[in-house]
Amino acid sequence: MRKMDYYRFRLIKDYAARFIVYLSLTVALIPLFSILYEVVQKGISTINIDFFVNPTPTVGEKGGGAANAIQGTLITIGLASLIGIPIGLMSGVFLSEYSEHKLSVIVRFFNDVLSGIPSIVIGVFAYALIVRSIGFSVIAAAFALAIIMIPTVTRTTEEALKLVPLSLREAAIALGVPRWKTILTIVLRGAKKAVITGILLSIAKISGESAPVLVTMGYWRWWFAGLNRPAANLALNVFVFAVSPFENWIALAWGSALVLILLVLGINIAVKIFTRERY
Amino acid sequence: MKNSRKISPFLSRLSIKPVSHLKWKIRGDDIFKLVGALFASSILLLIGLMIYELTKGSRLSIQTFGFGFLLGTKWDPAISRVFGALPLILGTVVTSAIALLIGVPLSLGIGLALSEYMPKKFGFAISFLVELLAAIPSVIYGLWGIFVLIPFLSDHVYLHLQKLFGFIPIFSGPIYGGGVLTGGIVLAIMIVPTVSSVMRDLFLAVPKSQREAIIALGATKWETAKTVISYARSGVICAVILGLGRAFGETMAVTMVIGNKFQVWPSSLFDAWYTMSAIIANELLEATYDLYVSALMNVALVLLFVTLVINILSRLIVWRTLKLVRGIAKE
Amino acid sequence: MRTIYKIAIPILAVAIVAASIFAYQYSSATQPITLNGAGATFPFPLIDKWASEYHKIKPNVQINYQGIGSGGGIQQHTEKTVHFAASDAPLTETQAANAPNTLHIPITIGGVVPIYNIPGIAKGLKFTGEILADIYLGKVTKWNDPKLVSVNHGVDLPDQQITVVHRSDGSGTTFIWTSYLSNVSPEWKETAGRGTSVNWPVGLGGKGNDGVAALVQQTTYSIGYVEFTYAKKNSLAYGYVQNAAGEFIEPSIESFAKAAEYAAVTIPRGDESWSRVSIVDSLAGNTQARGAYPITSFSYILIYKELNVLPNVNEAMAKALVEFLWWAIHNGQNYASDLYYVPLPSSVIAHNEATIQLVTYNGQQLHKG
Repeated sequence: MRKMDYYRFRLIKDYAARFIVYLSLTVALIPLFSILYEVVQKGISTINIDFFVNPTPTVGEKGGGAANAIQGTLITIGLASLIGIPIGLMSGVFLSEYSEHKLSVIVRFFNDVLSGIPSIVIGVFAYALIVRSIGFSVIAAAFALAIIMIPTVTRTTEEALKLVPLSLREAAIALGVPRWKTILTIVLRGAKKAVITGILLSIAKISGESAPVLVTMGYWRWWFAGLNRPAANLALNVFVFAVSPFENWIALAWGSALVLILLVLGINIAVKIFTRERY
Repeated sequence: MKNSRKISPFLSRLSIKPVSHLKWKIRGDDIFKLVGALFASSILLLIGLMIYELTKGSRLSIQTFGFGFLLGTKWDPAISRVFGALPLILGTVVTSAIALLIGVPLSLGIGLALSEYMPKKFGFAISFLVELLAAIPSVIYGLWGIFVLIPFLSDHVYLHLQKLFGFIPIFSGPIYGGGVLTGGIVLAIMIVPTVSSVMRDLFLAVPKSQREAIIALGATKWETAKTVISYARSGVICAVILGLGRAFGETMAVTMVIGNKFQVWPSSLFDAWYTMSAIIANELLEATYDLYVSALMNVALVLLFVTLVINILSRLIVWRTLKLVRGIAKE
Repeated sequence: MRTIYKIAIPILAVAIVAASIFAYQYSSATQPITLNGAGATFPFPLIDKWASEYHKIKPNVQINYQGIGSGGGIQQHTEKTVHFAASDAPLTETQAANAPNTLHIPITIGGVVPIYNIPGIAKGLKFTGEILADIYLGKVTKWNDPKLVSVNHGVDLPDQQITVVHRSDGSGTTFIWTSYLSNVSPEWKETAGRGTSVNWPVGLGGKGNDGVAALVQQTTYSIGYVEFTYAKKNSLAYGYVQNAAGEFIEPSIESFAKAAEYAAVTIPRGDESWSRVSIVDSLAGNTQARGAYPITSFSYILIYKELNVLPNVNEAMAKALVEFLWWAIHNGQNYASDLYYVPLPSSVIAHNEATIQLVTYNGQQLHKG
């Protein structure tokens, strides 16, 4: 008899656990749906042609949009990628092709460490290094964003290259192709898709960063005015407008958030679709 | 024979081979390796430079306040120009602790759900959704936090919490919607995707043999799950530390909901507070004199130091666990 | 070609082309002059409007104004990290000593109003000075406190805790507000006194006028104080304040203008000390000032008399700054009333013209009038 009671007790625990597990799943997903819903609902009314064409309005002014922010964001991300992608790529290549080298072991370890450093600290670093000499500028922001990009690009490139089968490399070397040529032409080409998805993902990541942008560029309401000046930034604008009390700015915050989310999630989803396992 | 000529070990490793008495040929491989090594070491250089620059920037503050900075409780840039970071450290620690208290059980649940409970196809879709959560930028969490979460919490949750637990000091006090608890909740939502993905991978990596063994003994699904968790125990701790690191460094979402009030200890969970990253974001642009900037850099240095320690510790645990797992897998 | 390329490359290309087109469009214009200003959030909506309107007239001039609070503005002015600063509190003697040869140019007149968020109660709640002081002292803690009820007959005040909101940064608006509180409440004067930053007995801190407005907007049963534009532009409920004549005055351009009129403040010369200039103080105890809103103030722009003390400023920039200020006190005033600021009376404008003509670069007068 006791055995049956104990068994029932265990069953109850099992059902309870199952319930809690599914509950936690639901609870965790609610914010996702809430965020997506709210951003779309509140942002869609601000999005119109005006939004993509006009710069930031003054408070209480009708119309106006995020055109300068979109321009500024594109330029900043572009510059950051120009710095971050080559470094990340070459580092990833080195880590995968010479992976037993002592340097590789150390760099791999510290690369993961770098990816864990808060973006605001990286922003302060860029502030100390660049803003103190050149001033608040696109360069400073791009530098900070590049540092944030590098660990992701490095890691994904390394993993991508590691997946290329050894036989490919052996075949090339057997044909007398120098090692560096095999890596650049054959191995890299074989891992093209994975490497590019890694790059795209890191671009998505930095387009949403606003903390490092805040301390390296600050808020800018005009069009792009040179790399040594600040530029408008979509993510930062969401912050500045969201904490303001002006209704037209708050509406712009939602609109900008919508564009940002479409961009970021769009890249993420596209990447996931393209890295689907094909039979 | 030519090849019997003595070549220094260093040169031979570089595979520079003397072609004749006088001509040396450096192979493309070596250049490539060098370039790769240079780029890779730039990562080390960056970290080193970061530590150097932040320390240099903090020097004035360290000279003025010394280690007392970490215990100082006054932050007065306007009149007495005294800075102290204790409330910030406490604020960061407490909000992260709340985030872990809420987020870790949730992540465990999700990790288990995705590895033990859900059928493969469903699991894939849900993992996908959870990873989307991870991709959402921090400011958007903050925006949602201000206009959706805060009204919801203050109207529907906090009032009831206060009714039920109001006799406990941390639950009594004026409710304005934002504050410590709200900050912790937003942080929890933000760390759940990363932590739960790690846990899911950990649980999936547990060898089938372990599960089969305990099921053979007549275990329920829950008991199997418990075994899985205990097997992956050190990995779970590692994932928790990862979440802690993320919560510590989170800036924008926190500053948008926490109230940004510099005080040593909040009067309740519903009171406003401040964190290390929030004060840097809010005040660096307005720090007009050297000591002010230096104090903020000092805060950044502390934050860097703490996250470095957390990170390195967790990597070392991972390293150790991997060796352990590899050891067992060899069986 | 792989599908991923079909998507990635065109997007990248479009981005690059778009960016370069915009860059080209910009680089072919004349070298833009950027003038950086920082300071009070009190006049921020007006200065921001000026920046955007002036840019339309002079497209190569960008005025970049950051609202960081009067305290921050005065600091940056002293450190010479901005070209001009804005503050609602005139420089104290000490501050003036640290930033010698500063000119005060009043650019507008505005009012500081109490705002509140009580569901179901629109604007028009009446406050006496004592009640406001007591609320900010933490002595009056509930909306249905008898003191509030006694001046607001017929209003259904709820039995709720008042969440007090004040400024967390150094603020001229705070200076104006606390000056008023110090005049009407001896206890306030003792406890916290007046200043751009005081030891607040109670309350949450918001950064800038916008921060306070946002906090009140988001927190039910809260009270705060902001410059009038922030209340109007965000449809926040604001209260009527009792003046020395005993009337409860509705904040408006008219009542601010009346205040300035009655105060009949003798304005010193632009380069003299303005530390005693205060419309609030001039109205205190003036029982004859009917229709005058008691918490009214000038808002100032601060610049150096000799502009070559600013680093990285050439003559063109100095001239552009002076021309902008000239425009601001003349044409700029046309934008004031839409934003609920009082356009400067002609006597003040004439005064400012004399002040601006004092500005020099390398000894050369920049604006001949």
